[in-house]
Amino acid sequence: MKETVIKTNKLTKRFGDFVAVDEISFEVHRGEIFGFLGANGAGKTTAMRMLCGLSIPTSGEANVAGFDVFRETEEIKKNIGYMSQKFSLYEDLTVLENIEFYAGIYGLTDKEIKDKSDELISKLGLRNEAKKLVGSLPLGWKQKLSFSVAIVHQPKIVFLDEPTGGVDPSMRRQFWDLIYDAADKGITIFVTTHYLDEAEYCNRVSIMVDGRIDALDTPAGLRKQFGVGTMDEVFYKLARQAKRSAD
Amino acid sequence: MKQLFTFVKKEFYHVFRDWKTLLMLFGLPVIQIVVFGFALTNEIKKANIVVVDNAKDLASQQIIDKMEGSKFFSLQKTLMSSSQIDAAFKEGTIKLAVVFPVNFNTDLLHLNKASIQVIADASDPNTAITLTSYVSSIVGDYQAQLVPTSAIPFTIQPEVRMLYNPDLKGAPNFVPGVMAMVLLLVCVMMTSVSIVREKELGTMEILLVSPVKPLMVIIAKAIPYLFLSLINLCAILILSVYALDLPIKGSLLLLFGESALLIITALSLGLLVSTVTSSQQSAMFTSMLGLMLPTMLLSGYMFPIENMPIVLQLISNIVPARWYYIIVKAVMLKGLGFSAIWKETLILAGMAVFFLALALRNFKIRLE
Repeated sequence: MKETVIKTNKLTKRFGDFVAVDEISFEVHRGEIFGFLGANGAGKTTAMRMLCGLSIPTSGEANVAGFDVFRETEEIKKNIGYMSQKFSLYEDLTVLENIEFYAGIYGLTDKEIKDKSDELISKLGLRNEAKKLVGSLPLGWKQKLSFSVAIVHQPKIVFLDEPTGGVDPSMRRQFWDLIYDAADKGITIFVTTHYLDEAEYCNRVSIMVDGRIDALDTPAGLRKQFGVGTMDEVFYKLARQAKRSAD
Repeated sequence: MKQLFTFVKKEFYHVFRDWKTLLMLFGLPVIQIVVFGFALTNEIKKANIVVVDNAKDLASQQIIDKMEGSKFFSLQKTLMSSSQIDAAFKEGTIKLAVVFPVNFNTDLLHLNKASIQVIADASDPNTAITLTSYVSSIVGDYQAQLVPTSAIPFTIQPEVRMLYNPDLKGAPNFVPGVMAMVLLLVCVMMTSVSIVREKELGTMEILLVSPVKPLMVIIAKAIPYLFLSLINLCAILILSVYALDLPIKGSLLLLFGESALLIITALSLGLLVSTVTSSQQSAMFTSMLGLMLPTMLLSGYMFPIENMPIVLQLISNIVPARWYYIIVKAVMLKGLGFSAIWKETLILAGMAVFFLALALRNFKIRLE
């Protein structure tokens, strides 16, 4: 029996008359890489924000890392990591200072921070750049650093919102190596992406259309279900049904 | 507590690495003090005036001697016709002309009445009024010397004493004004910009997902600017004491306490600005427009509030700088204690609480 770390039941978010997220129900297991796909405006970000405790759902139920999204958002925040679409490190701080800051606000002790910084810097091969400003690093490095910082406090789940935007394919490959590495350590990965080849890297994939989850299975299962050869075709088959246009 | 410390440390990194802003923060008050103190002043020194002495007698000579002795005038003695005087005014080479009539002394002695013509260039009314009043007072002085010898039984001699600022220097007036402006600008603009920057960069989202409490974000943002403002305040006071010879008559502690109150009001305002704007530019623009102008125009340090239309007088009540200006003048120039300014302090404190409550409410709503 796999441990469930995210469980939603008819989770809904309305903004006035507009139903951004329409009764989505799904489960995510521990250590899983869960892909969250959908066209722009399909409701991915809103759904993710609800799970992170940034936005209160209108109705339905959701449980993240064992805590309720209505009542226990503070507890959820301690147990998750988050990496946003926008690059989210401070460019005028050094690599080391960024790690120290994020580790510090998650309440790690000085010794833990020091060990963790050392470990991260040698793992990412940033030994020579540790004291350089983050602004001077290439984008691919920044993104890898950003991900490492998002899991610096060993969260149960890490939410990645389009983490590889604008990065070249070889860097994306390296980035996914980091993701696999984290998943091996038992961190659950919840990732939204635009790149359909990346969907293949996920253990399971859900596809959102107009606020609903229209498909959810392993990549192989989805290809079989829709009788097509690639995730690209699965996605376009579903996306064509969308009535909502991208904002 | 350790979280807060980590956060404040990060904010200081931001402040110290942005040397352009830092330069502006400390350059602005220094330049303002120097410019206001030495260049912009209401006093007129060495104004070019022409004296046309048609009388050439004892009385006219004595008055002219007095004028020459004055530091306000740079005298030019020539016999000019009225059309020449006119031309000189048009060229702008003179600011004032004094003309003595032919029989000045005789008229004065025999008729007990003589007149002098004083012509001023009133295209700049302030200068004209100041200069004519200098002339009047010199003539009045001379008259006073004559009084014992003449037979006027009653004279009323008003003795004017200018309290707190006997030399009518400009500095005592604008130093409190500059203090108000710098503290407000630094705190409101810097706080709002630094919060909005996190929103713009997307790091605010990361902070909101972290266990950090919004209140802590705010406090951590405010501390560096509180600190910088106090340093700025010291710089202004040192400059005004040593460079402008403006002593601080009242309690220094009280002055700092009241300034801290203004800083807190300003930080709350900055926070409020940050909750209603979404880009650094608009935050900067809002703080500049919403604060610089009212602070300069409606706090009473450039234009007296009593002379304003009633609508502006009412609006000036909500300008924090107005109250701070009164407080600083009372403490710095008059040397008064807390009992004289408790009302203004209370108003300022009320504003701080109001803005802070409003800002916190807005800040929480934004988390939705």
